[in-house]
Amino acid sequence: MSELVISDLRAGVDGKEILHGIDLTVRSGEVHAVMGPNGSGKSTLSHVIMGRPGYEITGGSVTLDGRDLLALPTWERAQAGLFLALQYPTEVPGVSVDAVLGAAFEAGGRDLATVGPAVRAEAERIGFGERFLGRDLNVDLSGGEKKRNETLQLGVLAPRFAILDELDSGLDVDALRDCSRRVEQATAEIGLGVLAITHYTRLLRELHPDVVHILARGRIVATGGPELADELEEHGYASYLPEDEAEPDAAADPFVDPFADPLA
Amino acid sequence: MVADGAAPVGWTTRHPRANAQATTFSEPLEQRPDPLSAFTVDAAAELGGPDWLQARRRAAAERFGAAELPSEQEEVWRYSRIGELDLERFAPAPTAAQVVVDLPASWREAGATVRRGDEVPEGALGEGPDAFALLNDAFAADPVVIDVPRGAQLTEPASIATTVSGEGAAAFPRLVVRVGDGAAARIVERTGSDAGAVLSVPLTEVSVGPNARLDLVTVQQLGPAAWQLGSLVATVAQQGDLRVSTVALGGDYARLRTECALKGRGANGDLLAAYFGDGTQMLDFRTFQHHRAADTTSNLLFKGAVGGRSRSVYTGLIRVDREARGTNAFQTNRNIKLSDDAWAESVPNLEIETNDVRCSHASTVGPVDPEQRFYLESRGVPPKVADRLIVAGFFDEVVRQLPGDDLVAEVRDAIAAKLDRVAEDLS
Repeated sequence: MSELVISDLRAGVDGKEILHGIDLTVRSGEVHAVMGPNGSGKSTLSHVIMGRPGYEITGGSVTLDGRDLLALPTWERAQAGLFLALQYPTEVPGVSVDAVLGAAFEAGGRDLATVGPAVRAEAERIGFGERFLGRDLNVDLSGGEKKRNETLQLGVLAPRFAILDELDSGLDVDALRDCSRRVEQATAEIGLGVLAITHYTRLLRELHPDVVHILARGRIVATGGPELADELEEHGYASYLPEDEAEPDAAADPFVDPFADPLA
Repeated sequence: MVADGAAPVGWTTRHPRANAQATTFSEPLEQRPDPLSAFTVDAAAELGGPDWLQARRRAAAERFGAAELPSEQEEVWRYSRIGELDLERFAPAPTAAQVVVDLPASWREAGATVRRGDEVPEGALGEGPDAFALLNDAFAADPVVIDVPRGAQLTEPASIATTVSGEGAAAFPRLVVRVGDGAAARIVERTGSDAGAVLSVPLTEVSVGPNARLDLVTVQQLGPAAWQLGSLVATVAQQGDLRVSTVALGGDYARLRTECALKGRGANGDLLAAYFGDGTQMLDFRTFQHHRAADTTSNLLFKGAVGGRSRSVYTGLIRVDREARGTNAFQTNRNIKLSDDAWAESVPNLEIETNDVRCSHASTVGPVDPEQRFYLESRGVPPKVADRLIVAGFFDEVVRQLPGDDLVAEVRDAIAAKLDRVAEDLS
């Protein structure tokens, strides 16, 4: 049994605090959903846990089985068992998924020979076309293929905890179902703990959370069971926000895609 | 060859520096002391050969003697190290360049020929673009002329290996490739040198006939003290198709000027390059995509990386003549700067005299993309390994287009070896 513990985490950008003290514990096999409106700090939370450059951590801690993740460079966090599925997976021309996972296995002292077969097995499970495997990472892939590719990598790397940053953005219902199912299977097969960050409830109809947290203005303002998501579906975020600020403008997050479809 | 023998330092600015070595010929010719004692008309004549070739060499040597050496004041030499060149440190050596030409049997069977040295047919040698091309004309001891007859379909590549050696030797490799109507051929040229301070002044002339196709690759792995002042001049006839790929990794200062003239309607000329500098070396490219006929197309993709204190220059011009309606011309130069002390210059240009064209140019100079690095790191890849993958992948867009799996593997290995040399620069 592993534990990812986020404790009083405070972080921001350019001297402006975005997360004002987050407390959250995810255990092996659990699925936690963090839901929140635009600008609530959802993406900041996922990026800060993985160590994306550009953020300042002003307080608190993130530990994996007691190990201080914030003291580690990103790649060592990954080797410690953390995985981040990015909202907008980065295009890396000339680099194949096999090459990246091979390098990750090598750095972690894992058996390189297992990478190829594992990639092909995962591709089949997730419905990621064989023809995409030799391609450059995320280049010329549709939104759905990119998310399948992220999920494929998750499957091969078999981390202890996965943060899914808006897994449900930019993909069709089939891809969403395939990706969600694979993640859910991993919770049973390898005891994967999941922190699924999302704006919308549609992800949670496929990926069934044990716990739902509502993040608003950099704080977790409510925690409950799946019924909390149903309530959100009905009433929206309005009751969690000040009356004059039902959907505040996005905070200064440097990685928000300005061209993203707001309805995606 | 390098002024005062000193290794150049600094060079982090983009300003052309004052010439340390004043090689200006502003005085009247007759008053100028002749500093180029080794590159005389007599020395050119001593190379012998048929009368026409001797006459040609003499004439070129005379013209070179009367010509001014270029300087950084000229746009096409801007940012270059031409000011450091001291020709007096070199002497032409007829055997400095060893050229091995290997035509596969299928070429011979198809009637392709190689003629070299004194066997070169009169009229096969053309003109180069500058004073160094004149020098090549005068001192090319062993010109090589390859002819591919019309209609020959040669899928196996021919290979040419040029090795330059001898401290202070000046070498003048000369290659002429003529591809006849409707023929198709591939040639892979590898150039290297020993560790000595050599000067190589290669001139390659390419002519692609109507409906013909030529895929020409040059892999340049000169030694660390070598200088290269090279030119490639190509013409493509109607519906002809030329692709010139350059992999440039070696040399202290290695310059290549490439001119591709699309002379016939529907001609295509693609120029590709991958270059990678380390240490204090400098790689210098000038390109000209000259559209002279209607419906011609050209696509240029030059990708480079500079580490250590190395430098690179790319300047290129797309020129579209008034007659060249319906031209499609593209020019892309991308550079990765791996260290603070490395320096890459990129200057794309367009000169268009007709309206009915589609042209674009793009140029970038920047470090390894931190987004890409973060992405790979988030999978558990250490940053140094991530940088290697990203830089190798950056080059792969060019490398994977090279003809033949063996060649692709060879160039990938050569780039990996370069990555080892700049390991300190990777994060």
